Amino acid sequence: MDFNIPRIPLGDGIEKTIDFLDTNFSFITKSMSKGIETVIDLMVSGMTFIHPVLFIIIITVLSWYLTKKKGVAIISLAGLSLILNLGLWYPTLDTLALVIIATLFSIMIGLPLGIFAALNQTSYKITMPVLDFMQTMPAFVYLIPAIPFFGLGRVAAIFSTVIFSVPPVIRLTCLGIRQVPIELIEAADAFGSNPSQKLFKLQLPMATPTIMAGINQTVMLALSMVVIAAMIGAKGLGGEVWKAIQRLQSGKGFEAGIGIVIIAILLDRILQQIGKQKHNNIK
Amino acid sequence: MSKIQIKEVYKIFGPNPKKAIKLLKDGMTKDELLDKTKHSVGVGGVSFDVKEGEILVVMGLSGSGKSTLVRCINRLIEPSDGQILIDGVDIGKVDDKELRKIRQEKFGMVFQHFALFPHRTVAQNAEYGLEIKGVDPEKRRQRAIEVLEQVGLKGHEESYPSQLSGGMQQRVGLARALALDPDILLMDEAFSALDPLIRSDMQDELIDLQDKVKKTIVFISHDLDEALKLGDRIVLMKDGKVVQIGTPEDILMNPASRYVEKFVEDVNITKILTAQHVMNKVKATAHMRNDGPRAALRKMKNNNFSKLFITSQDNTLVGMVTAEKASEALKRGDKDLTKIIEKDIITVTPDTQASELFEILHDLPYPLGVVDENKKLKGVIIRGTLLAALAEGGN
Repeated sequence: MDFNIPRIPLGDGIEKTIDFLDTNFSFITKSMSKGIETVIDLMVSGMTFIHPVLFIIIITVLSWYLTKKKGVAIISLAGLSLILNLGLWYPTLDTLALVIIATLFSIMIGLPLGIFAALNQTSYKITMPVLDFMQTMPAFVYLIPAIPFFGLGRVAAIFSTVIFSVPPVIRLTCLGIRQVPIELIEAADAFGSNPSQKLFKLQLPMATPTIMAGINQTVMLALSMVVIAAMIGAKGLGGEVWKAIQRLQSGKGFEAGIGIVIIAILLDRILQQIGKQKHNNIK
Repeated sequence: MSKIQIKEVYKIFGPNPKKAIKLLKDGMTKDELLDKTKHSVGVGGVSFDVKEGEILVVMGLSGSGKSTLVRCINRLIEPSDGQILIDGVDIGKVDDKELRKIRQEKFGMVFQHFALFPHRTVAQNAEYGLEIKGVDPEKRRQRAIEVLEQVGLKGHEESYPSQLSGGMQQRVGLARALALDPDILLMDEAFSALDPLIRSDMQDELIDLQDKVKKTIVFISHDLDEALKLGDRIVLMKDGKVVQIGTPEDILMNPASRYVEKFVEDVNITKILTAQHVMNKVKATAHMRNDGPRAALRKMKNNNFSKLFITSQDNTLVGMVTAEKASEALKRGDKDLTKIIEKDIITVTPDTQASELFEILHDLPYPLGVVDENKKLKGVIIRGTLLAALAEGGN
């Protein structure tokens, strides 16, 4: 059966668009790429500069101080020592640097977008389906256009990681602001607050626990994406896993995998505790 | 001049309020409008004035539009039609900036569920309005501490709202509204979420506070007892319309419609009626200087009394005499009443509540004298007249 309906050139269109953007604007992204690369290098070399043992002690103390929980401190000490022992210390630092930078970008982009979506109905209606699209699109697809714009390597990895991990910040910032009770908004209005006073004195503080939950999710997504991004040369723990796949070394693969799990648990526990502690008065 | 003038205010929820208002004006009812055009009426053409320094209670059941109306006054809700003048300024015509200024300077609002900011301490809540206004931190903290003391929350400045009981939370709400020293307090069912005992305390305190601060208060309530207790005047609303405006006595004694009548039927009338309403005229008294025992006895006999009040020339109550003592004195040959006068008698003032009168009258062996602050005899109450007055609703 042949209905002679021409195939819609969807893929071609997308490719042409990306090619066009690439040829005309990639000089911007390429130069950005250099800048970001420098930041990552600085960060990684800063972290490598500290002796691993000292680093582990600092993190352990810091996690205890931030969370006031013995458990988290013990996980830090034991987990990081295991990573060091397995010889995965430097890849771990690489991964950590990528996650931190990607998360910072996500927050910088996501927070304002989330606020805007919460306060503006039109923006809300546009943002939400876009976020759905971004989150359901397989993560690997973002890797492809990242390469022409940023070249192989860590910056392209960060780019695709940000795209993949920004939705929770936007979504939960928006949700946090929208679920501030109407009576409180009325109270703020009744005392003559202007929109920015309302935002900074009421809506954002009230939304903070929710926003923190969003940031937590973003960090987790960033961590998983940084591993996938090893395919385009992100190195780090993901790079170790990727190498192990290519050589079919299941032992090495699991070791690197466990390293990722440890980092994930640490980041999650610490962020959660910070989110909880600051705002136990909001019920 | 009236502090607040509300003129033909409508608030219609739906896509085409103007058309709905026209239909309403042509006589369509609220229910018909909802059925036929899917517009619901919040406020359906309300007009009244609020005088400076009075407590005006807007009272009605849920759905009567009272909360919507109070939000129209400070434009938390935009009225669909009509005018609201605050000190002569049409609040519907001012721009956003001016509106915020008016809200900062003239309005304090207290909410049913307190609406305190949970992330701020009690003091930070109380100073919110001042912070918005841009008052510097030290001054506003000082003022916050001052108002918190005024509402009885001294020592709780650094607590968070979630650590306080409901009654205390609403005191914070009140302090927050008072901190700006506004002319007008809008209180939206401010005490409805509190349990009855605390509610009654808060009402008493509001009355005391009002004596000191003399604000113009618009108080929303669904509780008629509360309205009668607090209100200098009451606006009774039903289905978005005003049914009756008047003093508590007006509403109780002369209900404007069957609806109001039904509403006030259940009211505990002893709370609203005072000695003044239930007392009788004094038919006869003995005059301290002119009357001797014989004259007193004759007056008692003529009126079928067994006891008689004794007053001085200017109608000041001096005491009481019984028939027994008077006849004894007559036998002894006393010329005046000085020896047999009982000076130590219980009296009440005209504004004593009827509910208290029952207790006082319970085992009082003589009629209860009603005297004003200068001890002048105004009237007399006996158990029978009190019950009769209550039975007829005080007329």
